[in-house]
Amino acid sequence: MSMKKSFVALLIFVLAGSLLAACGKKSNSEASSGGGGSNKTVIKIATQSPLSGGSAVQGEAIKLGAQLSLDDHKDEFAKLGFDIQLAPYDDQADPKKGVANAELVAADKQILAVVGHMNSGVAIPSSVVYEKYNIPMVSPSNTATQVTDRKLKVVNRIVARDDFQGPAAAQYAVQTAGAKNIFVIQDKTAYGQGLAEAFKTEAEKQGAKIAGYESITIGEKDFNGILNQALTKKPDFIFFGGLYAEAGLLVKQAKEKGLDVPFMGADGIDTQGIVDVAGDKVTGVLYTSISTDITKTADGKAWADKYKQKFGKNVDGYSAYAYDCMSVILEALKKAINDNGGKLPSREQVRDAVRATKDFQGVATKVTFDDKGDNDYAKVFIYKFEKAAYPGSMISDISK
Amino acid sequence: MVSSILHSLPQVLVDGLTLGAVYAVVALGYTMVYGILELINFAHGEIFMTGAYVGTAVLFGFHALGWFEGAGWIAYMLILAAAMLFTGLLGVGIERVAYRPLRKAPKLISLISAIGVSFLLQDFVRFIAELRTGNYIVTGITLYNDNHKIATSSVSGVFGDAFLKTNTIIVFIVAVLMMVGLDMFSKRSKWGVAMRAVAQDRETASLMSINVNKVIALTFFIGSALGGATGVLFAQQYATIDPFIGYILGLKAFTAAVLGGIGNIRGAMFGGLLIGLLEMFAAANLGLITHGNFGAEYKDVFTFLILILVLIFKPQGLLGKAVKEKV
Amino acid sequence: MKKWMEHVKSSLWAQASLYTLFVLATSLSVYLMDKSAIAFLLLLASLLLLYYTSFPVKLKWAAAGLLLVIVIPFATSGGPSHESYMEVATQCGIYIAMALGLNIVVGFAGLLDLGFVAFFAIGAYTYAIFATPQANNFISGHLFPVSGSTFWLFIFIGGFIAALFGILLGLPVLRVKGDYLAIVTLGFGEIIRIIFNNLEKPVNITNGAMGLSSIKPPDLFGMDFIFPHQIYFIVLAILLLVLFGVRRLEHSRLGRSWKAIRDNEIAAQAMGVPLTLTKLSAFAVGASFSGMMGVVFAAKQTYVDPTSFTLLESITILAMVILGGMGSVPGVILGASLVTLLNIQVLTDVTQWLNELTAQGVINVPSALSPAKMQRFIFGAILVLIAVFRPYGLIASRNRKEDVEKLKERRSSAAISVNSTNGPSGGVTP
Repeated sequence: MSMKKSFVALLIFVLAGSLLAACGKKSNSEASSGGGGSNKTVIKIATQSPLSGGSAVQGEAIKLGAQLSLDDHKDEFAKLGFDIQLAPYDDQADPKKGVANAELVAADKQILAVVGHMNSGVAIPSSVVYEKYNIPMVSPSNTATQVTDRKLKVVNRIVARDDFQGPAAAQYAVQTAGAKNIFVIQDKTAYGQGLAEAFKTEAEKQGAKIAGYESITIGEKDFNGILNQALTKKPDFIFFGGLYAEAGLLVKQAKEKGLDVPFMGADGIDTQGIVDVAGDKVTGVLYTSISTDITKTADGKAWADKYKQKFGKNVDGYSAYAYDCMSVILEALKKAINDNGGKLPSREQVRDAVRATKDFQGVATKVTFDDKGDNDYAKVFIYKFEKAAYPGSMISDISK
Repeated sequence: MVSSILHSLPQVLVDGLTLGAVYAVVALGYTMVYGILELINFAHGEIFMTGAYVGTAVLFGFHALGWFEGAGWIAYMLILAAAMLFTGLLGVGIERVAYRPLRKAPKLISLISAIGVSFLLQDFVRFIAELRTGNYIVTGITLYNDNHKIATSSVSGVFGDAFLKTNTIIVFIVAVLMMVGLDMFSKRSKWGVAMRAVAQDRETASLMSINVNKVIALTFFIGSALGGATGVLFAQQYATIDPFIGYILGLKAFTAAVLGGIGNIRGAMFGGLLIGLLEMFAAANLGLITHGNFGAEYKDVFTFLILILVLIFKPQGLLGKAVKEKV
Repeated sequence: MKKWMEHVKSSLWAQASLYTLFVLATSLSVYLMDKSAIAFLLLLASLLLLYYTSFPVKLKWAAAGLLLVIVIPFATSGGPSHESYMEVATQCGIYIAMALGLNIVVGFAGLLDLGFVAFFAIGAYTYAIFATPQANNFISGHLFPVSGSTFWLFIFIGGFIAALFGILLGLPVLRVKGDYLAIVTLGFGEIIRIIFNNLEKPVNITNGAMGLSSIKPPDLFGMDFIFPHQIYFIVLAILLLVLFGVRRLEHSRLGRSWKAIRDNEIAAQAMGVPLTLTKLSAFAVGASFSGMMGVVFAAKQTYVDPTSFTLLESITILAMVILGGMGSVPGVILGASLVTLLNIQVLTDVTQWLNELTAQGVINVPSALSPAKMQRFIFGAILVLIAVFRPYGLIASRNRKEDVEKLKERRSSAAISVNSTNGPSGGVTP
């Protein structure tokens, strides 16, 4: 009896789950046949970023940035006879989930390109899957050198590599800011470690002494232990490879200890978030970014206002990069459609068109991909928070 | 090397004791529930986190209304009370819905339920916070922000000075008050005695006309309220909170409870303070001691190793009593 | 209707024909309707149905084998979702093997292990370090990376090294019991993860947080295994090995000793069960399953980094075991499949569906409530609901029913042998 009961329960469980899934798929096909009341061909661009879990804020920014660009181009594609849609996937910052999603993306023939991932650790295994199915990927935030050094045809990024951004920061720190005794902290993620190591190597080359090289645990809130160590080393400069939440707390707790030396981060702290976290104490913090100050140009400001109006959120570090990633993809897609005589292009065609992107002017940066998929224009700008407001003011720029 | 360690020692002690006090009070919640139900309440870390959010939200409310602008301490008391009440009731609710139906089930299944509750809470708080502010990482208002210098260098030249926030003192005082209060309560009051009786033998206690369900609910209320209050202290100390703070902190607090001897209230306090100090000491000095080969990233390894060693040589924890197994 | 059900229940032929019909229908629909995940899930459910039929055991195994080796790979090959389905099936297989391993430790021997994923990590890194140039950093002579054909050997090396670590963990742990054991194993899991995350200095062994990329895929006579439908068969083969091992062990003398320890340690000891050896063997066997799958995982992902081996992962595996029913092999398989399917197929699909509805303006949810972010919430809710409503797991474990007459027979024949050979000593009486 109990066996029968459990059997029925199980069957219901399985059925319920699969029914839902089936509904999903059904509406899928409906959308492709009759969505929007016309018979336009649907093209989907996927985003893959963490939408849940600890780094969901940045992941969400990537999704929204991509969405804004997609909505901006919707009419243009409608004229060509295509209906472009966004397919956001949550990779949970987990390589396993990223790969499983990549297979799902590959299975959906309407998806022609991917914006993402946020974490290099997820991008590396997932890009292997994309390579198998020729799905181009443009990343708004992967800085690890391995991402493009594997020379995959599908992988592109618009941000600067660790071995460009890190040394650029080091040059500024030693030559311009005159740092001699630098304390380096990283957050033990693929991003933080790559950046901090590149910074450390270059700073040593430039003749500065590395007073200490330590790491923190991401997600923690109390970094007094490491700062106490820094205190005894009496550094005149602190570099941090990591993201804004930890950076903000480090800045704050350092100042509360009387450790008042210049603090520098990279594009991971290029966001409103650090101002929220560190408050007044953010003043004087330096950071590198690959984007020029978008609020300075009229276009950029209009863009930021539009973003805020549409999503009710302030522009975050990666939103502009993700916007540009999507724009690059759509530009390439348009080209591929034209080359294909107005018909739906294949994934290979889109892939090659993306890689061929040249002198594309985005909101945050100009884009030309080299043969590895790195952005030739990835210029590094140095910013400083003169007051507790984002963005800081641009004080220097370093090109390749 | 030794001089560097001594130099930073006063500051390390201050920071370690602060963190340790937070661990200790959260550990109390684990230990109380474990003592009475033999259940690792995985959701306790999330209750702590909820407390932090409730406190911050209420404070935002006060701020918006312009109340208690000049009297920070009243606001402090009120947010503590609000958070304690809320999380206490939350704890009772969780016990009623997710644990009580499972009291006769295999012990481990309650663990699954607890993990489920902790996911639910994390996400629930996440979407409320996000709905209200657009970002779930919330930086609250700090009531006491000033900094004091303790001139430990005047005691002896080998020490450096230590810095102390007003809030650190508050954290410490409130934590000690709560711990002493709980200790008194469990030793002296009628309910405390009932609690210990239920922990010792549930069936016999029920024969002595103790309402077991009520006592368990009360245990959850007190344990969760303490956790929630610590959440407020944490939010005031570090200002920035996110829905995932309960996870790491809960893990450490649970370790502290085991280190001190789980089920033992004084053991949890002791374990918490010890873990806080160890962690802070390791983060500040491991790199120095090993010449940079093994840095602060090994602080948790260090903590866990000590825990494992303690458990191997004193399996009942530092202050726990060895339980003779009945054959 | 009831009568009809009774008829089906009693007649094997009726069951067989109904079952074949079900499999045919689902596999056909998977083949023809590429995008229907429901059909795929129903096809997988046919394995579950098989468990509930009253076929002879050998026939069940044969049918399951047929389904897994031929029907499922073929039925899904109809369209572009093929690789995606195979990826899902592969990950299911990996988790089932790990859950079976943990089931030995937790379900059979009753030792709560909260750091189980450490063994998975050890297996994965064992292959990853040697199948990339990484090993050149500490072994001189530019011998690495080893070629993909050594993968087959590494499956066993990975399992062996994981088992070694299992014993290493077991040794100190033997002194602690119950929840203290839980926290010690949790600490062990965290220690392993932190060490892998930091071992890029003083000697670069694991490349720290950057992880190891471009791991050689498995290679058999010059053929590279890179697609999920190829890896699927590797996983299937190992899974069969694991299943065979578990079934043999469960009712063996060792398996009965495990359960004896679980039910009452002191009584077991009094009956002559060697505690140390029995506990250590549980850790070693459980760990080796996980280690083998770790090697496969590294080869499948071609990339490993420490973020795949967090405490959350250990807890997820534990949830699979408890959800399915501790100590119950079919239950654990079901639990592991359900959690994996839920996490990587069903929830993602539902999310996509809701997203499309939002895009079409059918429903409108604020971005904070966006379904894409709700996976953790749904997972949590399912855990609580199942715990409350099915506390003994989906398929509760049952001890094998012993036929009293047969036992008597065996005893009398044993008695004869006692008389003739002066008797074997020791042994656990059933």
